[in-house]
Amino acid sequence: MSQHSKEMVETGTACVNESEVQKPWYSNLKYSIVGILFGIVFVKSEIISWFRIQEMFRLDSFHMYGVIGTAVFVGLISVQIIKRKKIKSFEGEPIIIQDKTFNKGQIYGGLMFGFGWAITGACPGPLYVQLGSGFTVISVTILSAILGTWVYGKFKDKLPH
Amino acid sequence: MGNQIIELLKQPWPWYVGGVFVGLTVPILLLLGNKSFGISSSLRHICAACMPAKIPFFNYDWKKESWNLFFVVGTIIGGFIAGHFLMSGDQIVIAENTKKQLVALGIQDFTHLMPTDIFSWSAVLTLKGFVFMVLGGFLVGFGTRWAGGCTSGHAIMGLSNLQWPSLVATCCFLIGGFIMTWFGLPFLLSL
Repeated sequence: MSQHSKEMVETGTACVNESEVQKPWYSNLKYSIVGILFGIVFVKSEIISWFRIQEMFRLDSFHMYGVIGTAVFVGLISVQIIKRKKIKSFEGEPIIIQDKTFNKGQIYGGLMFGFGWAITGACPGPLYVQLGSGFTVISVTILSAILGTWVYGKFKDKLPH
Repeated sequence: MGNQIIELLKQPWPWYVGGVFVGLTVPILLLLGNKSFGISSSLRHICAACMPAKIPFFNYDWKKESWNLFFVVGTIIGGFIAGHFLMSGDQIVIAENTKKQLVALGIQDFTHLMPTDIFSWSAVLTLKGFVFMVLGGFLVGFGTRWAGGCTSGHAIMGLSNLQWPSLVATCCFLIGGFIMTWFGLPFLLSL
């Protein structure tokens, strides 16, 4: 594992996979295409709706529980198939999914994000999609989320983990 | 035929359609380039790219993670396409009970995916607007990074890979949301 990956693991970020294959920048455009489809799904399934998040937390609707539950079910089956069959990526690399290590941040940070989720009606993904769908004012929320991430990074060592 | 498909696309999609597509993002990203699904990391990469300020947490080669930023730009474009060309223009559907409670809390606009009484440029400089956009966004950014992921990285990717720390995080996301909705929002919406 390279130094870079180690640092990413230690600091507990979600994305730690690093391809050894050198690729031109435009090879990343395929992720933009997946992102576009993802954004359309987020709008059309009303995942970006502040009201849908309110329904969820008020236990008045099954919608969001259905979305998340189905997504986890589909993801779980896919990951199991990929692992059992040792399926390689299209670039021919073995697929590696880093394990998550527990720290208290998942509790404190998790609660804190939960507060923000109920207020903004959005997780980071929906924030971007809300912006794209025409709520330009959400750029303020995104900038503030970036600031929040920065302040966390600044004071990380002083926080319980 | 073509028109019928467009009309169908314009209706809100049921939960199972959304859930299947979101779930499929997990294997698609793994197969495309060995990438683990997670969106909140993009906020960290933006910090690393724009203002690392010699903070060790932001001192890494963010360019190696730039796929995440390409993905995020895609979601903004996807939001634009759906928001401008694939909306039916009908009132959004919302559970009667939630609507009743929100009306009692002072929400008036139920025509868009977000209440414009709170989320609009004219509200951003009010105390309520500050709380819902600036403070709310700050909590999302700080909290997700402290937790090491958000709904995508923990709840979907982590649970798909049977990671118990992700289950802890997901439960805390929901507990935080319940506490804020039931005990915090009645006050915050009255500001």
